[in-house]
Amino acid sequence: MIWQFDLIILVFLVITALISLSVKDLLSAAMIFGVYSFLMCLLWAGMAAVDVAFTEAAVGAGVSAVFLIATVLRTSRRSSD
Amino acid sequence: MEIFEAISAKFNFWIYIIIMMIGLYAMIAKNNLIKKLIGMSIFQTAIILFYVSIGVKDGASIPILYHDQVHPEHHDESHGDHSAHSPSTDGHDSHAAEDRYLPELVVDGNDFANPLPHVLMLTAIVVGVSTLGVGLAVTQKVYREYGSIEESEILEMIKSGK
Repeated sequence: MIWQFDLIILVFLVITALISLSVKDLLSAAMIFGVYSFLMCLLWAGMAAVDVAFTEAAVGAGVSAVFLIATVLRTSRRSSD
Repeated sequence: MEIFEAISAKFNFWIYIIIMMIGLYAMIAKNNLIKKLIGMSIFQTAIILFYVSIGVKDGASIPILYHDQVHPEHHDESHGDHSAHSPSTDGHDSHAAEDRYLPELVVDGNDFANPLPHVLMLTAIVVGVSTLGVGLAVTQKVYREYGSIEESEILEMIKSGK
């Protein structure tokens, strides 16, 4: 993998992880966590692990985000931290 | 300067550790239960990322054989005698075809990324998402019981006997 792309995606990965943990609105946190999973999927496609990238795109960015949004809608949306 | 080189040569491993520590911090220090579960997912993906990165080789392709690599000389004549390659031929013919093609299947392992960590981590991804699902189900149960998903409020309610 081209190391410049690697570095850019990894920096965005750290940024999205920090934002999804620091944002007060839990629905935004769930969506930004979906972005995190998609960046992870890009990284794995670049590492020649296409099977893992497929699974992460379906399961990480898809099913996890749906689970999180369903839970946020059935409980409270605001977070104290 | 030596330390800087040692860090920059393996910068991706350092960033994996940073992501892992972000997840660990969220699991311990965050007050909201959903935030804790997001932190757990980040922790898991950081570990999976580390394992997949072990299988990477320089200039390696995805671990799939192309048709040309399996049938190197069959490629140009494949349109000519299509009947010889059809599955309706008898056992002797197909055995001869195997003898003809199999010794030429030379695969250089350096051309492909190591697929073993990929397969192992595929299981870990599925386990991770089911862990997240169970955790979120327990969170919903806790919310129905206590009316809150903040850990401090729940602990307060438990301590005061509801």
